[in-house]
Amino acid sequence: MRLFEIEDHLKNFRVGIAGAGGLGSNCAASLARTGVGTLVIADFDRVEQSNLSRQYYFQGQAGMLKTEALKENLVRIRPEIKVLTFHVKLDRENIPSVFSGCDVIVEAFDRSDMKEMIVETVQNEMPGIPLIVGSGLAGWGRNEILGFRKIDETLYICGDEMTEASDDLPPMAPRVGIVANMQANAVVEILLKIPLKTK
Amino acid sequence: MKIILNGREEEFKRETMSVNEMLDLKKFSFRMRIVKINGRLIPGDDYGSSVINDGDNVQMFYLMSGG
Repeated sequence: MRLFEIEDHLKNFRVGIAGAGGLGSNCAASLARTGVGTLVIADFDRVEQSNLSRQYYFQGQAGMLKTEALKENLVRIRPEIKVLTFHVKLDRENIPSVFSGCDVIVEAFDRSDMKEMIVETVQNEMPGIPLIVGSGLAGWGRNEILGFRKIDETLYICGDEMTEASDDLPPMAPRVGIVANMQANAVVEILLKIPLKTK
Repeated sequence: MKIILNGREEEFKRETMSVNEMLDLKKFSFRMRIVKINGRLIPGDDYGSSVINDGDNVQMFYLMSGG
């Protein structure tokens, strides 16, 4: 496929991003550049200066809602993109409505209990919608253990599946960025397999 | 019994086992995880009562913090 054909295809789809931190903000930027038509961004947090170590925000955006700051940055990348923002803490009750109509959802939470919550919610309440999970991305180096696994048509895992983030092993730009882009790469692969006539 | 565990065939010396027994036998000790049997998500509360049978396709992955 030529790039214009790819963009022409991807503009018809809607992708949900659950969390706008290191994984979510970088994944969203990558999907915007690739040409995904609509992104649904959900996050409850505000940009802090320290987030600039790895998240897709800029000087001067500290204090802004992450949803608003990210929307601003995505529109600067691609003015025609549609960005729907939800300033909300996602839970079992609101996930199906926030991400209704999404063709794929990207899990981009920090806490593992939230990751578990969204896997259970999407699998049980949104059957058939693929979820791309990030698991194991903290620290630096060890490129060789970062991986991608398809569990089934609705569940995909990106990361090393073994590293927990901690004060001594913080998430850092290179490794978070790799996993965020692995997630975006999986989204593109899934969307390019969906025929337009089913839309 | 033989099952497919994360895409690989594995043999266990028993007729059937619960999810908890499988996790013990495989020493999958990390507590944040997802288990699916034949594509069906098993809630954590059901690991004791959910039975894995010969020929089942079992998938397990860990959820690590960080994002």
